[in-house]
Amino acid sequence: MQIPYTATARPDTGLFNAKLGIWLFLASEVMLFGALFSSYILLRTAAPTWPHGYDLLNVPLALLNTVVLISSSVTMVMSWASLMMKDFKKYKRYMGLTILCAFIFLVVKAIEYGMKFEHHLLPSTDTFYAIYFTLTGLHGLHVIGGIVVNSYFWGPGSKMWETDPQRFTNRVEIAGLYWHFVDLVWIFLFPVLYLL
Amino acid sequence: MHEQPTVDEIKKHVRTYIMVFVALMALTVVTVAVSYLHLPVGWAIAVALFIATIKGSLVASYFMHLISERKVIYYTLLLTLIFFVVLMVLPTSGYHDRLM
Repeated sequence: MQIPYTATARPDTGLFNAKLGIWLFLASEVMLFGALFSSYILLRTAAPTWPHGYDLLNVPLALLNTVVLISSSVTMVMSWASLMMKDFKKYKRYMGLTILCAFIFLVVKAIEYGMKFEHHLLPSTDTFYAIYFTLTGLHGLHVIGGIVVNSYFWGPGSKMWETDPQRFTNRVEIAGLYWHFVDLVWIFLFPVLYLL
Repeated sequence: MHEQPTVDEIKKHVRTYIMVFVALMALTVVTVAVSYLHLPVGWAIAVALFIATIKGSLVASYFMHLISERKVIYYTLLLTLIFFVVLMVLPTSGYHDRLM
């Protein structure tokens, strides 16, 4: 059986089904990260003292990662725009750059984690590090998830461009919505953990 | 039905994406610069969250195309926003209880 409304919009919602699907998923993601941000507020307001993120964490590396992740969001939306302009070569280039940025982000994050572990700073060290590792760890897992999906659409999944270009463009659009959400979470994580 | 944008419209979108990118980079620099001022904690939190909210709105509006989306998505997100605000308020209301 064919999956309905993968390329064209469903008349009642005005959307292809996967678009509504990804937004419902992102709504659940808002609640997942929201629960952890809520925990952060609880821990911080209940603590007698709370350290400044910039005294404990590496702001220049996090700033670099912010630039990398925002850039990857731009290349992601450009990859979709390239498909909309029927330029598959450009799509491959921008999607490749998006995946590269995601890897750079993870390498920088791994360096940051490594520097903390060297000094025996672990999630069990104190409440600050517990929430820091939990939030950035969960975010990092989302980056890995994005790499897996985007790599599929860059590689074997991109064959669909020849058989069903509209459906493929839609797939890239919803992968993009997920990726921009991962960027959006980092836009809040960076000031909350590093700058306050 | 959703109208498919034309190639010219997409080219216009691309120019917008580049402007949004520049704005996001500028706001990132601003938020880091402000952190070096070592403002009182209350002010620091307010400014940082204000800038982050602008950046987040830019990403959601332009990269995620929320600026021109279908109503069913707006309703879904409105409901999500209400629950999100409740989540954020819950721990602080508990804090006031303890102070009483």
